[in-house]
Amino acid sequence: MSKLRIENVVSGYGSMDVLHQLSLEVEEGKIVTLLGPNGAGKTTVLRTIFGVLSPKEGKIFYNGEDITGLQPEKVARLGMSYVPQEENIFAALTVQENLEMGAFTREDDFRQRMEEVFEFFPDLTGRRTSRAGDLSGGMRQMLAIGRALMLNPEMLLLDEPSTGLAPFLVEQIFERIQALNKQGVTVFLVEQNAQALSCADSAYILEGGEKKAEGTAQELMNDEEIGRVYLGR
Amino acid sequence: MVELIVYGIVLGSIIALGSVGLTLIWGITDLFNCAHGDQITVGAYLALLFSGLLSRIGPLSNPVGPFSFSWGLLLSFIPAIIVSIGLAVLVDRLVYKRMRRTGAHFITAFIASIGVAWALRGFIYIIWGADFHFYSEGLRGMVFLPAGIKLRIDEIFIMIVAWGSVAAVYLFLGRTKTGKALRALADNPNLARVSGINVERMLIWAWGLAGLLVAVAGILYGIETQLRPEMGWIFLLPLFAAVILGGKGSITGALAGGLVMGLAQQVSTLFLVPTYKPAVAFIIMILVLIFRPKGIFGRRSA
Repeated sequence: MSKLRIENVVSGYGSMDVLHQLSLEVEEGKIVTLLGPNGAGKTTVLRTIFGVLSPKEGKIFYNGEDITGLQPEKVARLGMSYVPQEENIFAALTVQENLEMGAFTREDDFRQRMEEVFEFFPDLTGRRTSRAGDLSGGMRQMLAIGRALMLNPEMLLLDEPSTGLAPFLVEQIFERIQALNKQGVTVFLVEQNAQALSCADSAYILEGGEKKAEGTAQELMNDEEIGRVYLGR
Repeated sequence: MVELIVYGIVLGSIIALGSVGLTLIWGITDLFNCAHGDQITVGAYLALLFSGLLSRIGPLSNPVGPFSFSWGLLLSFIPAIIVSIGLAVLVDRLVYKRMRRTGAHFITAFIASIGVAWALRGFIYIIWGADFHFYSEGLRGMVFLPAGIKLRIDEIFIMIVAWGSVAAVYLFLGRTKTGKALRALADNPNLARVSGINVERMLIWAWGLAGLLVAVAGILYGIETQLRPEMGWIFLLPLFAAVILGGKGSITGALAGGLVMGLAQQVSTLFLVPTYKPAVAFIIMILVLIFRPKGIFGRRSA
């Protein structure tokens, strides 16, 4: 069953279209990655899904429901969380306050959930009262994901979580993403780093706002031309 | 010197009060609200209006203990604050909300705020005229503190109220869910929206808080000096400097920046003719913009 489906979406900034009639699907319980070079429109895809941008054409379905044009603060209440690529933490707030803001829409007691997040990212535990802006790159990324987990999301949108991280940290983040997926979270992972294929079930390749290829992660990894043209092999 | 530092703290506490709302709104909406100073003026004149009315009740016209101002003025804090909050929220709903909805450029909103500033001042001129006003004609008692510090008794009241208000705001922003969300929103509005924080509802809080604090700042400033229609407009400069020094959207920065501005302006009178005092704020603002454009406590500090 598809968790998320976008159909013939045209989206962009002002009069400039970035995405041209793009259609994608994310199956429930899977990790689907969207790969592509800089400027391919990857971030625009996520911003459009989450309602930060309104598509000019096309439809977006989440759990079979039409969410096209819904405001981000509403989308956040539907069980989908979004981790932007940049400025994805509240730098002026403490680590714990960042997690509290992740739980903003919750009316119930979320302390247990917070402990679960700290267990999931044990490195953050000792930094609860640190200002988030003072954290290292790897810890910031963990905090950014941790904030998004506070609502027990069914689905997570991640924008290039590997950006600017050392290779061992990238592996650690991808490992955590797989662990989340095992807990039942559907993941839509946007990446420039082809390593994302190693943790994904299936993948799309995006260039110039258009879908260039799709298939299982295995198929794309083994495809020589795709490897050469898009994945830098 | 010590005396100037104490005066600096008095002035700094009033600047700090005024700058919190300014930095909050700037951080959340990108609007640098030029009418903030004139909202301070309105707060001060509202208290003049209400204390005038209240002082008609005989006993309320008596001064409060050793202070120069009357019980009527003390009580008028409450209605002045309420009207000021209402005015701040109303202006946002009438002017800026419309602009946010149509996606107007922040410069457009900035220019609109200059218009609001002139409108508010015009209103003051029409009703109270261009003359100076005082909350009280009474004598202003002095106190002598150790180290040869000479202070007006009123200034002790100003410091207590100003820093008490700052502490209350700090607790509100640091401990309550709404307060934390306001800080989050001022720090990173996009991420706040993505976290499910309703920006429009939070902006009512931000403008309300700004309205409360400008009223307190205005009344205290009126007690410290005198009331004139230009008082807030001129006060805007140190406010801007304090907020820029503190960094966009940073509450702690605005409070610290306010204190620095107050101290810098007062201590500068050791070397400069007092007339040039406001220029000191200007110079600090320019230096900060050149060397630390994100401010001392600014966000996105790598």
